[in-house]
Amino acid sequence: MSEDEDGGGGSAKSRGGGGAPPPFSDQVLEIVLENVLQFLSSRRDRNAASLVCRSWYRAEAQTRRELFIGNCYAVSPRRATERFRRIRAVVLKGKPRFADFGLVPINWGAHFHPWVSAMAAAYPWLEKLCLKRMSLTDGDLSLLAHSFPNFKELSLICCEGFSTAGLAVIAEKCRHLRVLDLIEDYLEDDEDEMVDWISRFPETTTCLESLGFDCVGSAVNFEALEALVTRSPALRRLRVNHHVSVDQLHRLMARAPQLTHLGTGSFGSAAAAIPQGGNNVVDLMSTFAGSKSLVCLSGFRDVAPQYLPAIHPVCANLTSLNFSYAEVSAEELIPVIRHCHNLQIFWVLDTVRDEGLQAVAATCKDLRELRVFPLDPTEDSEGSVSDVGLIAISEGCRKLRSILYFCQQMTNMAVVTMSKNCQDLVVFRLCIMGRRRPDHVTGEPMDEGFGAIVMNCKKLRRLAVSGLLTDKAFAYIGKYGKLVRTLSVAFAGNTDLALTYVLEGCTKLQKLEIRDSPFGDSALLAGLHHYYNMRFLWMSSCKLSVRGCMEVAQRLPHLVVEVIRERDEDDDHEAVEKLYMYRSLAGPRNDAPPFVEIL
Amino acid sequence: MEVTASDLDNLKATELRLGLPGIDAPEKPAPVSPRGSKRALLVSNEECWPGKNKSPEADSGGQEAQPMAKAQVVGWPPIRSYRKNSFKARKEEMEAAGLFVKVSMDGAPYLRKIDLKVYQDYKELKEALDNMFRCFSTGELSGMQGCNGSEYAITYEDKDGDWMLVGDVPWEMFMSSCKRLRIMRRSEATGMPSSP
Repeated sequence: MSEDEDGGGGSAKSRGGGGAPPPFSDQVLEIVLENVLQFLSSRRDRNAASLVCRSWYRAEAQTRRELFIGNCYAVSPRRATERFRRIRAVVLKGKPRFADFGLVPINWGAHFHPWVSAMAAAYPWLEKLCLKRMSLTDGDLSLLAHSFPNFKELSLICCEGFSTAGLAVIAEKCRHLRVLDLIEDYLEDDEDEMVDWISRFPETTTCLESLGFDCVGSAVNFEALEALVTRSPALRRLRVNHHVSVDQLHRLMARAPQLTHLGTGSFGSAAAAIPQGGNNVVDLMSTFAGSKSLVCLSGFRDVAPQYLPAIHPVCANLTSLNFSYAEVSAEELIPVIRHCHNLQIFWVLDTVRDEGLQAVAATCKDLRELRVFPLDPTEDSEGSVSDVGLIAISEGCRKLRSILYFCQQMTNMAVVTMSKNCQDLVVFRLCIMGRRRPDHVTGEPMDEGFGAIVMNCKKLRRLAVSGLLTDKAFAYIGKYGKLVRTLSVAFAGNTDLALTYVLEGCTKLQKLEIRDSPFGDSALLAGLHHYYNMRFLWMSSCKLSVRGCMEVAQRLPHLVVEVIRERDEDDDHEAVEKLYMYRSLAGPRNDAPPFVEIL
Repeated sequence: MEVTASDLDNLKATELRLGLPGIDAPEKPAPVSPRGSKRALLVSNEECWPGKNKSPEADSGGQEAQPMAKAQVVGWPPIRSYRKNSFKARKEEMEAAGLFVKVSMDGAPYLRKIDLKVYQDYKELKEALDNMFRCFSTGELSGMQGCNGSEYAITYEDKDGDWMLVGDVPWEMFMSSCKRLRIMRRSEATGMPSSP
């Protein structure tokens, strides 16, 4: 069990505790061991070490400082805090990823409360917390702020349920706060109840290193923000929201020339009162020129294209550039791109077009990660990037490791070309937005393209497929995708065989999410030998029935099998519309909402 | 008079159809608050996605009386709501700032709507208004100061609710503050009281 969970709790014999204390010599050995193990940082190494024997299990438990919980329901907070007593940093993940796309109803779960309560008691010295897809309230944030006097870093990614009131408590009470990063969260803010949380940071010099609030929908008190930045000499990363105008940004940058990561707000929107003339751009450009440490730029909401040249002075130093919220044309982007010789991470909208990608390919020889998002995320929109852009990237950016590419049409040839040119690919996610769309030149399924990816990219760990795919594609994936850990499938495959190939072939598979594909009970049962090795399986709008899911639940008692039924489904009680199942030491959760049935 | 795009919009709005409200999801911006209020999540799950009950819509033919757009599928393409809402929200905010504005003309039986962003300057705007309202007036419209040849004046209502003569401020400033336009008869313009 467990590659990345918190260790082999399933094997009862490896649990420490109970019985007589170990002999003195063993105790000495354990102390020595602890001194050695404290240097072990990788959690996979630690998990392995903990399985050696009881002594190692205890020593490892005492020396682990970072706790990673990939699924908040896989283990109870109490069990985790009882085993690991000296944790300083926690990463906690909640909802399945498809919740991001509206497939998981609200109030499904992933509540932070039981965790923060347990940690408040067990880890008074907690310093860092990173939550992803969790549901947390202002009360939880308040408890956090009051329970951990040494708290330093809070990162909230795709979370919801809290508001500026919660942020205010954090700002006020966490006197050692270094990092407050809010990334794509949904804040619960009613217009009249917004709190001026920025003003609640201590009036003295702060130790803030990173402050990111681009997802906060409400405007912050700018004077307070400027004052905060001024008294935060350690600040290196600042990401503001779209309410901060370009003039205000200018002022902030002048206060913090030492920034390494900057997320701009609105970058020259017409709505703001802009004094006439190009002087503004020149001023802004010289401010950017003064920020010699900038390596990462993002934001660019509401871009006015004439402001883009202002960033030219820093482009050559940039390793990361996120233009994925900037609606600018290829003509406006290309001059910027041509300056970015050192770029490693590039996120952009498909308005960049194939020509823009060609410029990237020509300039960014060090590119490791590319993400191309659609401006118009519908199936019928006009495609702005295509196989041409993909081929160009593959030819120019040989070191590419990770790609996410949204397009309207693709060819097998382009995908095959990328598989041959980019041997370092670890993440390949291609989203052809038209469902079940074949190769637009040959009319054939996209089987060969994805087949080539799994065959040629020997380091591939994450794969997302799309377009018209037959069972053959999955045969390839099962046969060659031996390192694949995460697989996303949508509107693909013909028969149960496809899923069977994957479950039997992909020995390292941990996360499998499938939607709208014709896979039924017999395919589900083909994975019984493997489900304990996986973090989760999600299947929605497939051909599953209650009987099949029930059988899985009975055969695998440590699997929690959730059937999610939306309110307005008709009375076909046999069909399972949404299945979410995951291994767990905690058994069926007691906070399941009415629309979740645990089999 | 030829049928224009805005006429089609109006026709569609009054058309009788069988279908869930809000089904024209691509055309009308869905009421999602950029502030991520509780309702936003509900809306994105329930209102924006007609026909969400039985998914593969493509197979069932999407027969829910969709004259134009193909039925949308929940969560496809897989773009986070946060990202989707970022662009929608911006569009809503910009609309609120007055880029699509109603234009009324004294004596005309109906109003028109124009997108100020389409025009580069006052000259283009005047020409467009000329074309639009030609049939209602005998001569050329003119709202510019110092031009006294016409019987009409072009005025606009700004963010503060005041009625201003078009042409005084820089174009950008006008664009961001104009809430609606009114083509006013000169005879009204001269002795007019402070509120319209």
